[in-house]
Amino acid sequence: MHKYANPTEFMRIANAVLPWAAGVTVICFMVGLPLALIASPADYQQGEAYRIMYIHVPSAWMGLMVYSIMAGGSAGFLIWRHPIAHLVARASAPLGAIFTALCLVTGMLWGQPMWGTFWVWDARLTSMLMLFFLYLGYLALGEAFEDPERGDKAAAVLALVGTVNLPIIHFSVEWWNTLHQPSIFTMKGMTISADMIWPLFAMVFAFMGYYVCILVLRLRSEILNAKIRNARSARAAQPMSATTTAATQGAP
Amino acid sequence: MGAEGFEQATFSGTGLACRRGGRTVFADLAFNLENGGALVLRGANGSGKTTLLRLMAGLSVPTAGQLAWNGTDAFDDPDAHGARTRFVGHLDGLKPSMTAAENLAFAAQLWGDGTAARVGGALEAFGLGRLAELPVRVLSAGQRHRLALARLMVVPAPLWLLDEPGNALDDDSQRALARVIADHRARGGMIVVAAHGAAPMSDGMTLDVSSFAAAIPPHWSDAA
Amino acid sequence: MSGFGVILARDLKLALRQSGDSLTAIGFFAIATVLFPFGVGPESEILARISGGVLWVTALLASLLSLERVFATDFEDGTLDQLLLSGTPVSLIVLAKVVAHWATTGIPLIIAAPILAPTLHLPASGYGPLLAALALGTPTLSLIGAVGAALVLGARRGGVLLSLLVLPLYVPVLIFGTAAVEAGITDMAVRPPLLVLAGMFVLALTMAPFATAVALRQAAQ
Repeated sequence: MHKYANPTEFMRIANAVLPWAAGVTVICFMVGLPLALIASPADYQQGEAYRIMYIHVPSAWMGLMVYSIMAGGSAGFLIWRHPIAHLVARASAPLGAIFTALCLVTGMLWGQPMWGTFWVWDARLTSMLMLFFLYLGYLALGEAFEDPERGDKAAAVLALVGTVNLPIIHFSVEWWNTLHQPSIFTMKGMTISADMIWPLFAMVFAFMGYYVCILVLRLRSEILNAKIRNARSARAAQPMSATTTAATQGAP
Repeated sequence: MGAEGFEQATFSGTGLACRRGGRTVFADLAFNLENGGALVLRGANGSGKTTLLRLMAGLSVPTAGQLAWNGTDAFDDPDAHGARTRFVGHLDGLKPSMTAAENLAFAAQLWGDGTAARVGGALEAFGLGRLAELPVRVLSAGQRHRLALARLMVVPAPLWLLDEPGNALDDDSQRALARVIADHRARGGMIVVAAHGAAPMSDGMTLDVSSFAAAIPPHWSDAA
Repeated sequence: MSGFGVILARDLKLALRQSGDSLTAIGFFAIATVLFPFGVGPESEILARISGGVLWVTALLASLLSLERVFATDFEDGTLDQLLLSGTPVSLIVLAKVVAHWATTGIPLIIAAPILAPTLHLPASGYGPLLAALALGTPTLSLIGAVGAALVLGARRGGVLLSLLVLPLYVPVLIFGTAAVEAGITDMAVRPPLLVLAGMFVLALTMAPFATAVALRQAAQ
């Protein structure tokens, strides 16, 4: 495990994964998009509009999956002080927020033909909205301190607190929803025919591949950033005369 | 003052390193204190004297290395380590709306003594007797600092950690502080002082924190 | 644990001397509640329909606003360091401060709620459930909010940030708190939502102090 705590070693592995992830992403999109948008049959109830599901459902899953990865990374960081686990968590957060936002936007676009309005307090959609706010809180907290390490640790605690709360929020929202709108058509009751399941899977894998690609790229830049910071502080720590010579020579 | 001394103890650090704000402040730092021992932390601004003091108090956690009380890791039970430590930092930790005596009485109760018996003596030792019933709000910065130092005496604890205790003190108070510290050490207490100017005791070891500055773990540097 | 009692007594004493903090929270509760009739119109049926929700939302915001200071003053004047070095387990310190916060804002809110409820035409059958739900729910709000308050110590824009962190976590309490009032008004079973609120309180009581303790130790580093 601690072998991967070495950023250089970790990046070697991550870089090896990158082309494979990119390949999976491209192939799955090439297979999934035509299947989803053209080949699969129209829904008997909703016609063509349902096809937005092929974006909506994978982004919802990714929103949840990335949050659990983020929580796992935060736990690894807080408990074992594993630096890479933390980098993974922090690099994942904006991605998860974007997936969740995509899920919300597509949900609204889907809602218009389905319910005749852009927003219905559907239980799943409402839970995703709360998840989006948790992401926003994590991102805002991580950036809120002069000392970046303080932000890192605080955000990690928040991610874990959010993990405990997510199921409670989901359960509450679901209960609240049945209390107020018992009769409305929900996405929950929808069954998916076999013709739709394969394109959906292809899209899910495409989204996952995309996530891994972007994650590796973000990690790469984070680790380079950390190295730059270290090089700077090493220079700052040198005796005064050495710093001034370096400064007069001009920073590379 | 209680006549009985503190138990036989050692307080030591080995291989201590600390990163703050993405930079390594010091690394591979070691020290060792025994009963009656005194350690003076020296070093330029930003060399990590305050960081090291907070680390010794168990308030912050070292990036690497060990802090041991009688050979057992101080971070195994941070609450117990806190209980044997008295810390006076840059912030006085006083409540402006409570009186000087109330502030010390709160500390006495908090640290488990329960009685406020030593409060009067502690106030007198730093020449604060006449100010006992005044709210801290109306005290000057120097008087507040003396009050924070007087708090050291309300419940005995073997380890004192003082950050620049001589700042903002007049000559009389400097002498009072030196007396109190000498008393503490005579009973077997240990003391660590971060100081720029004159230290409040003549003997004691000196640790130059600057000399432990910044070595980056190899795999985070570009050379790896 | 003596540390618990000592800290609780000190916080209550300080709150008494600076009773402005409690009064501000109550004042906010009152003015925010009274704003709603101006926003939605003074019709009795509409106000009665939303009264439970409005009282809950405003009480929740009032509790949140006062939470920001629960650790901040101790953090800023250095008392937090002294508390952390007191030998008292940090989660007990947290609990003492949360109890003090609840006693100085939660209880006044519970007292103020039935006084404000008539302005919203809350039906008579809603008062009992409202008080019971507030009594069970506001301690949970204090406990959850304490985690957020400890996390934002020393942050830029701490107050706004605290709202962003904590409000999503308040949603379950709000849902069941309002549901209890609605159940009272519509003659449905009040017990189930109250039991859920009690469950949430127990859960928050067992977990929040430890999360807050971790956050406080981080803040002191």
